Amino acid sequence: MMIPPAPPPPPRSRAWSWRSQSFRGLVYQILTILLLVLAVSYLLSNTFANMRTRGIQSGFDFFLQPAGFAIGESLFEFDSSQGYWVAYLVGLSNTLRVALVGIVLATVLGTLIGIGRLSNNMLVRGLCTVHVEVTRNVPLLLQLFMWYFAMTELLPTIEEPFKPLASVFLSKNGLQYPLPEWSTGHWGTVVGLLSGAVAWRFWASRAIRQFEITGQYHPARTHLIGLGILLAVTAVGWLAGGAPGEVSIPEATEINVIGGGSVTPEYLTLLIGLTVYTSGYIAEVVRSGIQSVAYGQHEAAVALGLPRSAELRLVQLPQALRVIVPPLTSQYLNLTKNSSLAVAVGYPDLVSIGSTALNQTGRAIECIAVVMLCYLSLSLLTSALMNIYNRRVQIKDR
Amino acid sequence: MKIVRSLIQRPLLAASLLALMGSVATPAFAGKTLDAIKSRGMLNCGVNPSLPGFAAADSQGNWTGLDVDVCKAVAATVLNDAAKVKWTPLNATQRFAVLQAGEIDILSRNTTWTLNRDASLGLHFTGTTYYDGQGFMVTKKSKITSAKSLKGATVCVQSGTTTEKNLNDYSKVNKLNIKPVVFDTQEATNKAYFAGRCQAYTTDASGLASVRNKEATNPDDHVILADLISKEPLGPSVRRGDDEFFAIVKWVVYALIEAEEYGITQANVDQMKSSTDPVVQRILGTSEDTGKLLGLDKEWAYRAIKAVGNYGEMFERNVGPKSTLKLPRGLNNQWNKGGLMYAPPVR
Repeated sequence: MMIPPAPPPPPRSRAWSWRSQSFRGLVYQILTILLLVLAVSYLLSNTFANMRTRGIQSGFDFFLQPAGFAIGESLFEFDSSQGYWVAYLVGLSNTLRVALVGIVLATVLGTLIGIGRLSNNMLVRGLCTVHVEVTRNVPLLLQLFMWYFAMTELLPTIEEPFKPLASVFLSKNGLQYPLPEWSTGHWGTVVGLLSGAVAWRFWASRAIRQFEITGQYHPARTHLIGLGILLAVTAVGWLAGGAPGEVSIPEATEINVIGGGSVTPEYLTLLIGLTVYTSGYIAEVVRSGIQSVAYGQHEAAVALGLPRSAELRLVQLPQALRVIVPPLTSQYLNLTKNSSLAVAVGYPDLVSIGSTALNQTGRAIECIAVVMLCYLSLSLLTSALMNIYNRRVQIKDR
Repeated sequence: MKIVRSLIQRPLLAASLLALMGSVATPAFAGKTLDAIKSRGMLNCGVNPSLPGFAAADSQGNWTGLDVDVCKAVAATVLNDAAKVKWTPLNATQRFAVLQAGEIDILSRNTTWTLNRDASLGLHFTGTTYYDGQGFMVTKKSKITSAKSLKGATVCVQSGTTTEKNLNDYSKVNKLNIKPVVFDTQEATNKAYFAGRCQAYTTDASGLASVRNKEATNPDDHVILADLISKEPLGPSVRRGDDEFFAIVKWVVYALIEAEEYGITQANVDQMKSSTDPVVQRILGTSEDTGKLLGLDKEWAYRAIKAVGNYGEMFERNVGPKSTLKLPRGLNNQWNKGGLMYAPPVR
């Protein structure tokens, strides 16, 4: 049956009159923007006037002045004579360090638990359900306190550290271990590592092409060889860089252990706390994603004789990802923002550094604004990256 | 309870920032604070949430301590009743913003007087009520005997204090490479130190004594090292732009110090009213009217002394021999007894 074409809509009046909807809409929008600008400028001018009368100094000039305080842990060497902006960078890098690793670990743990929630094994299913319910229903701050006090109570004292291996120490100062010292020669290693990774990827895609032609696929063998390529190329890079070999080894002194690399209890607490807490949410996202795939897909996979693991990997996850990725993005954002609870357990993240700077300089508005700006840009960046990924996993109209 | 408190306190900072944005900008004129206090019948005072000896509340909600007494004395002077004080417990980071925003009239929270704070935070320090220095507390078991042996040590610090900078300066000069672990509340700092997370706890020596006394299962297990690494003159501060109220707080403190010098105590203040010593007469307002110059009445200092005693009594009761802290008088003695307490004359 033919559907009769709809009559064309009546021509909308574009006259500058109150009768015209678009004109009224325009006026309302202009009014709203005006009110908003007025309100913001009133608040701003008031703030500045109040600050002037009370003799509170303002401005961002302090950013270049020396920070004058030390930071407990940092990815790169920080000296207190460097400016506040460097201190902020240290805080930002510490936030990123915990957020990125946390996101990876929470995704792995959350996916496993989400799949576990659908397991046929009652014990696995029950344990995963308990994990999800507990982690999602206890406030994160309390969980962090729990992990921190468990850690500071249970670890051996700083004076008498536990030595699981030679030159590896575990104590309330965290894990201290030998670490190769950075020298310019290590750039060779870095280049080697990167080109090794690229080579691995080429090798893997070659194996896929082979599979498409011949139907032969050995994922374990392919990736073992890939790993071998990576290690070999890295080693070549290291040799090309002059084989730098200085290692900083932690040494026990009279009162504690100094030198080497270390992972502090504060970092571990925050990492474990954020990972466990977020994994509960991610597990639910993954579970709902898998359950959104039509049951017929499962039946079809079984009918083809696919084992459960292959069914998950080849049939269900690729379809579930379309549902999973958007809510997963907001969990990643949550994890990054939740890392601002770091100061409660003594980890020098962005907020912690920001509040120290605030107190040293007294520039409350400026310091808080910078911290807010940092989180905003981090979140927008994460969203943008995840949106790109989202577009890749969506069904493509060809 | 402690967690709940720290959760409640967080919005305070944001609220004060909002207040700074929202409150109508008015030119500051003298006497505004005094009028506001009188009309609301309450003095708003910011104190440390929990530092026994300086400021702490008991189970009935009664506040005691050296910093607390300063506010009580001002309330007695201005409102004729030492009990008319609204206490606002503040952590180190919040304190200045809350004072700037006008939520409190006096900040009396073991706060170090520095150029930076005096010149750029919109406040004025009114004097020193306790001369202190930054020290270290370590466990007796550790092999640390002096601050110089803290090489590579982890040290627990509370955020938002002068302590962080002093620690860094000392660590740098002595090449100690000390690693600070910074917490946002004093409770968290205490817990971490007593759990053994840090090898040393650093803050003002008086604060260390207070923390050791209150939090340690056995106070004798902890030693406060003899080295002091900084000067920490602690005192109350008021908002800028109100010279009259600034003068009142300043002179109440001076009057309490001078009362000790001339032997006026809480117990004998009524008898002293009949004293013939012209200095005592001036302090207690039996001859000249010094109060009028401050916008107060004749008996302003009398009421302060009657409420909290002279400075020596305050010291003794809160932090000195009669208290659990048992801190020596040291620098805080009167100038003619080898200390630094020297009040300009009430004249």
